[in-house]
Amino acid sequence: MRKVTVFITLKQGVLDPQGKQIQESLNVLGFNEVQQARVGKYMELQVEDGPNLEERVREMCDKLLANPVIEDYHFDVEEVVHS
Amino acid sequence: MKFAVIVFPGSNCDRDMYHAAKEVLGEEADLVWYQNSNLENYDGILLPGGFSYGDYLRSGAIAATSDVMEQVKVHAREGKPVLGVCNGFQILTESGLLPGALMRNKKLSFMCHQEELIVENNETMFTTGYKKGEVVRYPIAHGEGNYYCDQETLKELKANNQIVFTYQNNPNGSVENIAGIINKEGNVLGMMPHPERAVEKVLGSDDGLILFQSIVKNWRESYYVTNA
Repeated sequence: MRKVTVFITLKQGVLDPQGKQIQESLNVLGFNEVQQARVGKYMELQVEDGPNLEERVREMCDKLLANPVIEDYHFDVEEVVHS
Repeated sequence: MKFAVIVFPGSNCDRDMYHAAKEVLGEEADLVWYQNSNLENYDGILLPGGFSYGDYLRSGAIAATSDVMEQVKVHAREGKPVLGVCNGFQILTESGLLPGALMRNKKLSFMCHQEELIVENNETMFTTGYKKGEVVRYPIAHGEGNYYCDQETLKELKANNQIVFTYQNNPNGSVENIAGIINKEGNVLGMMPHPERAVEKVLGSDDGLILFQSIVKNWRESYYVTNA
């Protein structure tokens, strides 16, 4: 079994009104050093190991998890360690 | 003319759409549940607004993966009319039938009020009843209607005259004030404002009725030509 963590972020140049609001609120709270905030998504998938695993995950991202018009993605694959 | 109003879990403008097509327009219409459906015998597809699948992941993303959307794609390829309103527009972009994406409104809030739209293209099967440049009043009701596409796509939309409606006063931050676009072939229209909620004077506007009448008129004319 593998654990796949997928990170989805808005493409550079795509406006992120939510991130802008978060940045402003952090500034209001006194965190004036924050110049920009961008909001993304984080997902964890438990995936059976197999050939083409990375290719399959890329396909999942392209077909459903991310919208290529507005979002970029990357992912990490790690072994699930049973304790 | 026979319309199918596709109902997903979380659709909430399906009854309004059905009422517009069946009662006000006076055509045949069915509410069609998204599962185990067969769209072969329908002439036009209406994708209503709402929050299909609770807007999980991205609005319209889950509905776009459903089997019924594969059938809608076949229907679209045959040149038959497909109208997606609000969540229906979001489903059309997510399923790749229309370019671009709909993002959170610029001011982040859900908005529900009447907007003035400009008819930019009155040569589509949905808009021949309007004059070019005519200002019409439709309600909007959305939190994610901020149309986005890259510069290249925008250039293409303009070159092919695919921008059908724009906002007189942009409420949500859409690029180029876009309120509704059509595919290159001219039979799939997606729009955030609700024509089905503007079909009777008592609703505050009946400007939307002309859109539905245009579909029927153009369908009849092409139908008679094909079957003469």
